[in-house]
Amino acid sequence: MAFDQGLSHRFEIKGGDFAKAGRVSLEVKEILHDLGIDPVIARRVAIVSYEAEMNVVMYATRGEMVLQLDPEAIRIVLEDEGPGIRDTEMAMREGYSTATEQMREMGFGAGMGLPNIKKNADRFELTSEVGKGTCCRIVIHLSPGGRA
Amino acid sequence: MTLKEIVEGLGLRALTTHECEDRQVTGGYTSDLLSDVMANARPGNLWITLQIHQNIVAVARLKDLAGIVVVNGRRPDDETLRRADAERVAVLGTEDSAFRVSGRLHRLLGDS
Ligand SMILES: Nc1ncnc2c1ncn2[C@@H]1O[C@H](COP(=O)(O)OP(=O)(O)O)[C@@H](O)[C@H]1O
Ligand SMILES: [Mg+2]
Repeated sequence: MAFDQGLSHRFEIKGGDFAKAGRVSLEVKEILHDLGIDPVIARRVAIVSYEAEMNVVMYATRGEMVLQLDPEAIRIVLEDEGPGIRDTEMAMREGYSTATEQMREMGFGAGMGLPNIKKNADRFELTSEVGKGTCCRIVIHLSPGGRA
Repeated sequence: MTLKEIVEGLGLRALTTHECEDRQVTGGYTSDLLSDVMANARPGNLWITLQIHQNIVAVARLKDLAGIVVVNGRRPDDETLRRADAERVAVLGTEDSAFRVSGRLHRLLGDS
């Protein structure tokens, strides 16, 4: 199976496009399902990919998600072009959000996104450059027997 | 309990033409915050909310929820309902408040 050599997918995410928001995460979910990845692990991936994708939609201009799979782990790298984050430590705090009133009315902006990525990832690295963009690196390990 | 039994028991209105009526419902989750649902709802849960915009469909699909119950007589627009049908997400409507329909679902399902 191609997966044993490792597998890589690339997705484009458009900032501000709420109509298409979530599509990339649904595609990722589909790919993991087709590969027979353990549903418990697939659910953790769904949470982290959705939160990372929504942050690009809400705060950035555009972004690119790369999903990499190998027998050991699922890796997601999401790089965006956008305003960046001045204080990443503060952004990681539960409840911290700069979402607009309009986004809050839609149920976004709970300030739970980054904390939930951290909770569900085995490794999570958030780096950002103000005025340039933000990069999320996420690793979720596949336990032995984590795939069919 | 199946989705169909719950729809009948609570008198919910089907807003989508869902074919997943024999889906087992594992419990309910009531929230209007999408990140909260992403973090805390469980597969097979019925999601009770007043949110009606198109992003609720992706959340329900990503979390393998049994369906969405939209409260207070609200109704998602046709495009959202079309997408829900395409993604095979059941969307149900009720005149009840979130509090009331949550209570009624809880009574029906027990403490799940
Ligand atoms: N990709 C990004 N680009 C710019 N700012 C971001 C990005 N991701 C997160 N942020 C900032 O971090 C804050 C916290 O993010 P998060 O925990 O996902 O909560 P929420 O999205 O609900 O605000 C956001 O409100 C925003 O200010
Ligand atoms: Mg967020």
